Formats: sequence, structure tokens, C-alpha cells
Amino acid sequence: MKIVTICGAGIGSSGILKVNAERVLRSLDIDAIVVAADLASVRDAAADAQVILTSAEFVDAIGATFADVIVVTNYFDTAELTSKLRAALG
Amino acid sequence: MSLPPLPESAIVIGAEAADWRAAVTLAGDALARSGAAAPEYAHEMIRMIEEHGPYVVIAPGLALAHARPGPEVLADGLSIVTLQTPVNFGHPHNDPVRVVLGLAIMNAAEHLVAVAALANVFNDSHAIDELAAASSAAEVRQIMGAA
Repeated sequence: MKIVTICGAGIGSSGILKVNAERVLRSLDIDAIVVAADLASVRDAAADAQVILTSAEFVDAIGATFADVIVVTNYFDTAELTSKLRAALG
Repeated sequence: MSLPPLPESAIVIGAEAADWRAAVTLAGDALARSGAAAPEYAHEMIRMIEEHGPYVVIAPGLALAHARPGPEVLADGLSIVTLQTPVNFGHPHNDPVRVVLGLAIMNAAEHLVAVAALANVFNDSHAIDELAAASSAAEVRQIMGAA
């Protein structure tokens, strides 16, 4: 399984999402690759992804995709990430 | 896992900012003072928000201002500005912002170590409140676990 985190720069916020998503996936015992990318490369990065994690601002720009787009409000709240990832992957 | 350098020169306590641009500029000025970025880096951070919106407000009360690695970045570095009066960035859930982090990164491929260290600090949900209430740069460094 592949999960892509998206932000404007491809560093910083998407990196934090990646790190915390990996922590949550480990605790859920889900095997997945998490890739941080910027908006400009979302088409390539997310072509084979099951899930995209991002902020509300980027949903329209991500456009049509086969992946589940999950909007994260608090990047540091692993409880929020856990419940949203569990809902999408469960 | 190590945080980007956070010297006391990169910490501003209880600053006044008229709006989010002023707040981000303070975080950029602090990075310039510590030698992590050229003064123009503040404009790059503002431009990212103008282009993509207030997504940098990644948690309630906390903005992570940053731009891409580029010629304005002189070294990896972190700055922290706490605001006397919180400012709105226009975020639907996480406004108003009390703490602005400025992040300068030389190399995108290697930055995950640095953000993992940031995540370690802020996965504790009290960290933002503690930073907002800190009364000295030394206290901020202690909350951040800066070496």
C-alpha cells in the first residue's frame, strides 16, 4: 500500500504528516510506504497511491484521483490521524 | 533525532505582529539573525502562503512557516516567535496563531530527520501552550529539547 502526503513545498508540513502517518500505521500494524511530495508532483506521486493525506487547501488542486483524499486538521494529533486512516483503510 | 539549530538569537518572545505577514516576517528575521537564511527568505515564506493558502497553520495555534530549499537558505535552522496578541492566518480550524515556527532547510531529501524531531516535540499536545506561555528564550529551548 502507498500513501502520499501533499503540501505546497514538499518539505516541512508534508514531512511532518509522513512521519506521523508512519507512526500511526505502525501502531495499527498496517504495512505501507508513505511518500512526502509537493503539489506540483502529486500526479506522479499519487498515481499508484491508495490514500492522499493533505490540508483542506489542496483538495481542489489535487483534482481527480483514484486515491482516498483525507483532510488532516491537526498534523500533530495522532488520534485524529489514527481514526481517519482506520476509517479509510479499515 | 536532532532538531535544526535553534540558538537564542532565533527566538522572539511576546512579539507584536499586526497580521500574519508581519508574524512570518518576524520568524524570517529571526532566521536571518541566526545565520540560517538571507533576509529575503521571509518573502519566500510569505509567498508560499499567498500561493497555497494558510495550510502552514498545521495545528491549533501553531504556524510552521517555511519555503523550499533555495539560495536564500544558508544553513538548516529553526526560529520561534511567540505572539503577544494572536493573529489569524485565515485557517478554517486552527486560528488564531500564537506560535510561529520558521524552518529553513538546505536539502529536501534529508529534512525528514529534522521534522521527525519537530513531531516528537509537538505530538505532546501541551507543547504549543507551553511555548506560548514561555517567558524566556532559554525556556523555549528547553521545551523544544534543543541541544
